[in-house]
Order: sequence, then structure tokens, then C-alpha cells
Amino acid sequence: MPVRSNIVGIDSPEALERALRAAYYLADDAIATASYLALALGKPLLLEGAPGVGKTEAAKAIAAVLGRKLIRLQCYEGIDAAAALYEWNYPRQMLAIRQAGEESIDIYGETFLIERPMLAALRAPDSTVLLIDEIDRADQEFEAFLLEFLSDFQISIPERGTLRATEHPVVVLTSNRTRDLHEALRRRCVYHWIDYPTAEREARIVMMRASSVAESTARAVVAAVGALRREPLSKIPGIAEAVDWAEAATLLHRGGARWPDAFKRSIGVALKDEEDLHFIAPRLDALIAEAAA
Amino acid sequence: VSADLQLPYAARVFISFVALLRANGFAVAPEQTTAFLAAIELLGPRSLEHIRRAGLATLAPAPERRATYDRLFDIHFRGSEAIERAEGEDEEVVRLQEEGRGEDEPPLADEANESGLAAARAEVLVERRFAQVSTSDALRRLSREAPARLPRRRGHRRRRARHGPFADLRRTLRESVRNDGEVLRLGRLRRRARPRKILLLIDVSGSMKARTEENMRLAHALSHAAGNVEVFTFGTRLTRVTRALRLKRREQALNAAAHLVSDWDGGTRIGDALQAFLAVPRFGGYARGAAVVIVSDGLERGDPAALRDAVARLSHRAWRVSWLTPLATAPGFRPQTEALIAIRRFVDDLVDGGSSAAVVAHLLSLGTRRAA
Repeated sequence: MPVRSNIVGIDSPEALERALRAAYYLADDAIATASYLALALGKPLLLEGAPGVGKTEAAKAIAAVLGRKLIRLQCYEGIDAAAALYEWNYPRQMLAIRQAGEESIDIYGETFLIERPMLAALRAPDSTVLLIDEIDRADQEFEAFLLEFLSDFQISIPERGTLRATEHPVVVLTSNRTRDLHEALRRRCVYHWIDYPTAEREARIVMMRASSVAESTARAVVAAVGALRREPLSKIPGIAEAVDWAEAATLLHRGGARWPDAFKRSIGVALKDEEDLHFIAPRLDALIAEAAA
Repeated sequence: VSADLQLPYAARVFISFVALLRANGFAVAPEQTTAFLAAIELLGPRSLEHIRRAGLATLAPAPERRATYDRLFDIHFRGSEAIERAEGEDEEVVRLQEEGRGEDEPPLADEANESGLAAARAEVLVERRFAQVSTSDALRRLSREAPARLPRRRGHRRRRARHGPFADLRRTLRESVRNDGEVLRLGRLRRRARPRKILLLIDVSGSMKARTEENMRLAHALSHAAGNVEVFTFGTRLTRVTRALRLKRREQALNAAAHLVSDWDGGTRIGDALQAFLAVPRFGGYARGAAVVIVSDGLERGDPAALRDAVARLSHRAWRVSWLTPLATAPGFRPQTEALIAIRRFVDDLVDGGSSAAVVAHLLSLGTRRAA
């Protein structure tokens, strides 16, 4: 196992946390530790958590810290090797055959190969971070295929042979846990379950993301969002919703609306489900008053 | 074993921790142990917290078993005295009511079931042991006919076909190369059919007592006959038993499920149970596009309006909602209870669930039905 304790000057979870903060991502100790271990052990990092806790953001921040390009592969049901790995440019191949006439021609050359995210990451492992987003949306066939890629970091293209990465690429996988992932996939990875941040940390995130928002507003929004998360809603507001709500309320307030009213009128950016809005409406005033206190 | 293969003394305590985890039902692979040791070395370790986090990251306990992991860690490394029975699957159980709530419940307006009335108001937490009964013909029929007759949906993956809406460029090119680039026949692709998700919700309350055991056996047979089946039980709690039922041997699986479910033969709050189900985003997602099958007599002790809302929401997400009740024995069944009348218009099939044969017959007929 290729263990590297020092990655671009980062030699401990604390150092990584500082670097992530400089990249505008506030990581807690646990996620900094897991990310550091993934980088140092050369293993993929699997981040699981509810939607909107900042899994994709974490991957972006890691890429920024390492100074690498982020290659994103969004998963969906039915995603296959042609969308994830490589594809041949069939129309060009067909044309080339016609044009070649009697001469011999290699139609499986580099010019006919269309690179997809996984192949791109494999070919430039030292300058890219591969983000495999929402792996729980892909089907089990793709998960099995991924397993092979993540254990050996090699790809075989029947027409050209096997390609192997010169070093282990940095891979981040995210999952919303809409289904249980295969145990073998979890085993290959360094695993971290991201929870909603503490109120303190979330307030700092809101202020960092939306610089126009005052501290008291950020705290009130975070308290209100925290209260909403304890309700049985079908769509629970994430961090992005908290940031949007704080920004929207600030905007309305500047336009002349009074505080509790500004919060109440901008609830639509935090709760985006008609039934949820209906459910919370009778208690909204009390909830906001309590949060603003 | 030669001497140089022995572990360094300092590593033994970590290896024995992994062994402790395995003994408590955590699946830890050897490569994870190696990563665990490497991670500890990387982190210093300067405190016990480092070791705990290294374990969390590399041994990857499932989030709902996190509490168990922490307890085992404390027992092993801190020498904690408080050794309790490790409670697995903490997050898979959702409690529905506060103790003492429900004073103003309407009395059960139905004459049909004595044991429903007798079901205790406070949760009766009992552990049930399933008796061993030989496989009935109905279950055998289910296993045999399931692959062909359970509902399917159009998948997103494509396969070769004689006719189809998509062109298979890869195959066409390969064939054309043999003919000097002349395309004689265009290969075709079509979308492959896949098994549809099935969500089985089983009422385990007192009024269903006579049917519970057979229903659980049926759930076990179904989850092995079809790939993606999710099974929940409900009474005064909502419990996900999918994982327990994946165990191959029936007695073993049913005992594991019996261990998880603690509200056997108690009261019923179907509305609250379904609301709780929909409120957990991860669970609610299981219903999307699924064939939802609820096995319950619909003798509701909670608020019928809550039940109606929950079933309405469920039917918006689901492909088809079937309600199987032991009360519907005759073909011209008309619901009498308030709860069943309230939900009738959101339920696509309201049919007999009084015997395994009837439930199996309905499940196998789902394949021929349309989305509702």
C-alpha cells in the first residue's frame, strides 16, 4: 500500500483542515481526518450523508487544496462504461474506413477515442481529482464495474489493451444513501458519514458563503433551519438552503421589510415542497420568533 | 507459524479490537484491518480519539451502527464497565408515539376483531420466537413463479434486439469492417426490462396476530425470490427488517427479524407508522415507483385523517398501492371500518390477505397490472 504521509505540504489532519478552510470549506475534525487518511493511504474517499450536507463541496475543496482539476461523473440509473469510461467515435471511424479505400487504416487509434471521466482521471492521476457523484443512483452493475476500477486502477479496452494508472488517482465518491451500497465498495474506501453541522459551524459556513449576511441573521437562520430539521418533513433543508434563506432575508430586509417578516416571506427558498410548507405554516411564526430570540 | 510472522506487541490491541467488532456482527475485511493499522500510524496517534476516528474511517461501520461501534470502542480501549447488550440497527427503528399519548383515541368502532380491542394501549414490547413450520405450497409457488410473474419496469440499460428504437453503432461498425465499410444492416438496441421495486409493509399488531407469522415467512420467501424487496413491520413502531430477512436460512432470518421488532402483538397506529415511514427520506425513497403492498386489517387506533393523508402521499409516489386485509374474504368486499373507507380511493387494489395463498396470488398477479 503506497502510504504517503506528506501530500503537497499537508502532513496531518489539522494541516488539511487549515488548507480546506483557505479553500472556503469548513471541515470538522472527523471529515478532515477521513480525507487526510484517504489521501495518505491512496484509497478512494466515500462520503455518505443526507442531501445538502456538503458532500460535493468537500470534493471540490479537496481538488482546490491539491491544486488539481476536478473531473465529475454524475451517476444515474443505467450509466454504463460508454458514459463513464470511453467510447469510440463511430461516425468518424465509419468515415475513415470509406476514405481509406484500399489502404489499411487503424480505426482504433487515439483520434477515434472519446475520453470519459474515468479514463481522463486514469490518464492524468497526478493532476486530477475524480468525483463520482451520487453513486447510489447508479445500478448494481455499475457498482460492480466500479469496484474493479477502484481496486486496481486499471481499465481494459479490448481493442487497445490494458491501461494502468501510474499512481493511485484521488477519487471521491458520494452517496445520498437512497439505497445500501455493496459492502465490498465500502470496504475498498475510506468511509465518512457527514452529518448536519453543529449550529456554531453552520453559522460560520453561512457567513463565509454569503458575505453580505450579518452574524445575528446567520445565527437566527441556522437556529430556524435546525428547528425545521427536527420536523418530519419530506425535504429537509440542507446547508445550501440555509445560505439561500439568510441571503434572501437580508435582501428583503434591505428592501424595507421588517425582520420577522423578511424571514417569513423568504421561507420558500428553504422549504421547497408544498406539503411541507402547508405542514409547517401554523407554527411558522412561533418557530421564527424562537429562532430570532 | 514462524517467529517473524508474529505481530508486534503494540498492534495486538488493535487486531483484537477488530476481532471484537467481527464478533458483534461488523463485517471487517483483512484489507480494512491493514488500512486501520496504517491509519493509526499516520495519525501519530496522539490520543484515543485518533484511534477511534481511524477506525471509523477505515473499518467503515454503517451509520446506524455507530452507537454500537462507539460502545465497543469504549469497552475495549477505555475498559468501560458498563457492558450492555449491543443494540444493532438503532436507526432502523422509528418510534411512533410518546408514552401516555393517545388518551383521546376514538374507541375502535368495529365488531370484527376481539384481539384488536384487547391490544394494549401502552406498547407491549415482547420478543417473539417463530415456530418452525414446513414450507407451504403457497411459498413454493411464489419462489417458482416470481421471476416470470412479478411486476417489471422499463430499465435504462439497453440490449441487442432485432427491432428497437436505438441504433447499435458499435455492432454496426464491427460488422461493416468485414464488408469494407459498407453498412448492410443497422444493429438495433432496445431498453431492457428490470424487476420493479417491491415495498412490503406488514402489520404485526395484536389484531393481526394469527397472520403475523405466516406473513413474515412470506416476506422472507419474497425477498429471496425477487431482488429488490424492502420489508418493514409496523405496530406501535416502524422497523426495517430487510437486512435480517436477507439471511438465507429461514429460521435464522426470522429469528433475526424477531429480535429487531419489539412491538409484536401490540396496538396499531397505521397512520402514524406510514407518516413516520414517509418522514425518513431514505425510507420514503423506497416507495418511489415501487409496487407497495400493505398487509393489514386496517383496524386503526389512531386518527383516520392521518392514515388517509399518509396513504394519499404514498400513492402519489408508488407505482401501485395494494392493501391486503384478512377481512376481505368475499369478492364483493365492502370496507366497514372508518379507516378503510377513508383510504379506499387511494388504494388501487383492496383484496384478500387472509391466507398465504391469497397474498401470493395477488403478488403474482401484479405483473399483469398497469400503473395507477
